[in-house]
Amino acid sequence: MLAYPLIAGVLFGLYFSLLGIGLNLVFGVMRIVNLAHGDFLMLGAFVAFGVFYLLGLDPLLAVPLAFVLFVIVGIVLYGLLVPRLQQSRDPEMLSIILFFGLSQVIEALVTIAFGTSERSIPSRELGSLMTAAAKALGAKPEGGPVDILGQSFPAAWVISAVVSVIAIGLVYVYLYRTRLGTLTRAVMSRRDEAFATGINVDRVCAAAFGIGLGLAAIAGVFAPFMFGSVTPAFGADATVTAFVIVVLGSLGNPLGTALGGVVYGICYMLVQTFLSSWADLLPYVLLILVLLLRPSGLLGRKVRVA
Amino acid sequence: MPSFVRHLLLIVAPLIAAFAILPGVYDNHLLLFNFVIFLILAQGVNIIYGFTGYLPFGYVGFFGAGAYGFAIMVMHFQTPAPLAVLVAGVVGVLLGLLLTPLLRLSGAYFAIANLAAALAVLHFVANPALESITKGPYGVALNGTFNPTLAYVGAVIILALTLGIVVFLRNSSFGMALQAVREDAVSAAMAGVNVVKMRVIAWLASALVAGLAGGVFAWYVSVFYPDNVFSNDFSIFAIVFALFGGVATIMGPIVGVLILYGVYNLIGFTTPQYFQLIYGVLIMALVLFLPAGLVSLATRRGWNVP
Repeated sequence: MLAYPLIAGVLFGLYFSLLGIGLNLVFGVMRIVNLAHGDFLMLGAFVAFGVFYLLGLDPLLAVPLAFVLFVIVGIVLYGLLVPRLQQSRDPEMLSIILFFGLSQVIEALVTIAFGTSERSIPSRELGSLMTAAAKALGAKPEGGPVDILGQSFPAAWVISAVVSVIAIGLVYVYLYRTRLGTLTRAVMSRRDEAFATGINVDRVCAAAFGIGLGLAAIAGVFAPFMFGSVTPAFGADATVTAFVIVVLGSLGNPLGTALGGVVYGICYMLVQTFLSSWADLLPYVLLILVLLLRPSGLLGRKVRVA
Repeated sequence: MPSFVRHLLLIVAPLIAAFAILPGVYDNHLLLFNFVIFLILAQGVNIIYGFTGYLPFGYVGFFGAGAYGFAIMVMHFQTPAPLAVLVAGVVGVLLGLLLTPLLRLSGAYFAIANLAAALAVLHFVANPALESITKGPYGVALNGTFNPTLAYVGAVIILALTLGIVVFLRNSSFGMALQAVREDAVSAAMAGVNVVKMRVIAWLASALVAGLAGGVFAWYVSVFYPDNVFSNDFSIFAIVFALFGGVATIMGPIVGVLILYGVYNLIGFTTPQYFQLIYGVLIMALVLFLPAGLVSLATRRGWNVP
């Protein structure tokens, strides 16, 4: 009875971590609240729709495509928006309003282009390329649900969770094993001192912004499978969920976001199983409680008290 | 003449008189009523954001709570409407008190937590499990108190009260102290300002006017759903209107509402997506090019804007 929601919670939780990690990176590095985060997720889902319905390929192929595309979009957007924003008196607050405007623009453009209907992709299509490749090599791949500890789960959930773990691992490698990542962490902890030591803060930030949007787009590719369907208006809710996860974990720490995602995923599944009519309240109440009781997040240093 | 008398005579009195006379000469009473509501909300945002720097991204929470406070008094206790509007204000203040711990958060955390709080109240009110009290997601219909003329008068009175609060903040040492806290809380505390008390008073005043506005809105429309009165468009519009004019002034939010909400109604609702697009672009342009609002055009030249 408890095994199913717990395992499903971990699978969803790993995916939720991916959903939040881009937001974490952007806020941690630039102190900018990307309220359009969810809209980039939605755009990622539309890349998946394009790859599947227009090209007829495995939606999994949308992952690298969406990532590269939105890293470029992110770097361009950074150049257009952020330097001007940083000149204003209260960039952190104004970023909320600026990116709210951006999210409205994205939602409107996508609605004008594709309409408001709900879109989805049949669940079995995710990973169809791997299945085909395995068949070609003579193996007998199992389609359909995957068994974990005697419970069966849709294969799409497992694939999403696995890709999420890989993506978070790569973010970790980026931050802790590459030069640009080290510089990123320097900017994260003290922007002005990083600037004073001669770090090209703008370049580091542009890279972080691009990667943040790219990660959001990757998470978006799996959104049709995890949430059933996606509409252009999907972004706003996704943004709040991503915020809960980021705040639950802690700022600037990818492992914290992973933990936050898993905690959130398990809570989500438990509430859905046992108290379903109150499930909608969960993210908001959890967010407020965490902010008030442990504002630095589960793994964080003390940073946020006024 | 002391400056607050001048402000009352030259700004508040003509505005209130205009809105008192206009229903006699202009037929679209709903539009006039909406103008009054947005003037109240924009000034409410001005009280908390302009004077203390806390961005209430979930300001609509107070408005919706006030509307439901009104509805519950009328449905379950058959309270006369004017009294129920007062109760709506009390409900706003109570919700404000409940949320005072949020003031411990700074910057974007406050904004996000406030948004989460508004969504939590929405999902609480709209929960089918509470149908016997709030009618859940099915909305309320208050035919017994329907009286748009009186409700309009009530709204204008609340607007006068709100403007009175802003005039007081603009001309008193209390308002000066609040702005000092906004600029540098530590220095203000050193100078003998009771930081916490000041912030809480401004916060509750802002919650009060939003609660009253919600109550009078419920009285005016008499049929509404949770999604109507908790629509975050109210928060966004109020914030954008206030910012567009310029916060921490009396004139700024008034000019913002009259111009932007006027333009909003001129463009019309024929194609919501194009409207959303224009609005999003407008918001972004505002933050990038005029972050201190229209009044900054005057203050930059050294003119004093009340």
